[in-house]
Amino acid sequence: MELKEAIAGTLESGDIMVRIGPAQSGRTGLSIELDSSVAAQFGRQIKELIASTLEDLDIHNATVSATDKGALDCTIRARVTAAAVRATGKDVWK
Amino acid sequence: MMFVPGNNPGMMADAHIYGPDSIMLDLEDSVTMAEKDAARILVYNALKSIDYGGVEMVVRINPLSTPYGKKDVEAVVKAGVDVIRMPKTETAEEVKELEAEILKVEKEIGCEGRTKIMAAIESALGVVNAYAIATASPRMMGIALGAEDYSANLKTNRTPGGAELLLARESIVVAARAAGICCFDTVYSNLDDMESFRKEVELIKTLGFDGKSIINPRQIEIVNEVFTPSPKEIEKAMKIVAAIKEAQAKGSGVISVNGKMVDRPVVLRAERTIALAEAAGVLSKEDL
Repeated sequence: MELKEAIAGTLESGDIMVRIGPAQSGRTGLSIELDSSVAAQFGRQIKELIASTLEDLDIHNATVSATDKGALDCTIRARVTAAAVRATGKDVWK
Repeated sequence: MMFVPGNNPGMMADAHIYGPDSIMLDLEDSVTMAEKDAARILVYNALKSIDYGGVEMVVRINPLSTPYGKKDVEAVVKAGVDVIRMPKTETAEEVKELEAEILKVEKEIGCEGRTKIMAAIESALGVVNAYAIATASPRMMGIALGAEDYSANLKTNRTPGGAELLLARESIVVAARAAGICCFDTVYSNLDDMESFRKEVELIKTLGFDGKSIINPRQIEIVNEVFTPSPKEIEKAMKIVAAIKEAQAKGSGVISVNGKMVDRPVVLRAERTIALAEAAGVLSKEDL
């Protein structure tokens, strides 16, 4: 699926800001970079949630950069979905 | 009913712990145009995932005349919202249009008739049509006053005493009672003036409203205090209900309690006092 650069979410407490863009040239798969104060405890789970949300949306090749401010799982899913909708220009979440 | 901005996940996650009777997640005025899509997706995911512990969940959608309204309906009905609040309602036809949109989505997912409607009345035309709006659909569970837009539409300003809202408030209560549905008063925005807030809650309770819209958890306690019957009121109501039951068993419709005549309207008021006391948690079924 073709992607352009897009952002969703904020840096407020309880939120997560997610930036999605096309995969770097010559690379495939999901490249996920995470900045979170709870990265040591939950970093792996947050990255897995971001990846599974994108896979569910049929997005398999992308660069993702996320700044987490203590977001719940449902917020992470929502912000990744919103960024994906904006990056693809389609209502991919339905 | 506590208003919570639909694009603020921190507030949405915590809202129920303060004990409001209902939570209204807002997709309309508190969300900028640029964030309408993200807020809709956030509200959808929150409704699907967060356990609000039995609190009634309401979502204020954007008007159906905007590019967002129908998408909002689809998302929140699929997420299982209890009530859709329709903003700036002016006619019964608008309610019927919303009803048709809801039914379309409900049919798709197999839950026909699940979603209720609350109409916010926020203009002179809405007040004039209040009864028609209140009876426009069997899904209607309540009507509510939106005073900011209403005051602007009247070409006046909001005042501490609320004289400018009196006709609208009375019209909405009368329309709701005639239709047999609930009615909710508008928000009070000045969080630094809790005394005036209390006076406003006392006023709207006297007018007959079922509840008050609030914008901050700090306002919950005052609303509950005003709406919760006092021990004396509860005792009197219980005496009346017990006495009328005894009289009915003997075939009489009119009785006297503490030297005062008690007939049907007095009994109805006593039953409402007991219902409010039960809802507030100060009286249980075992007490009756």
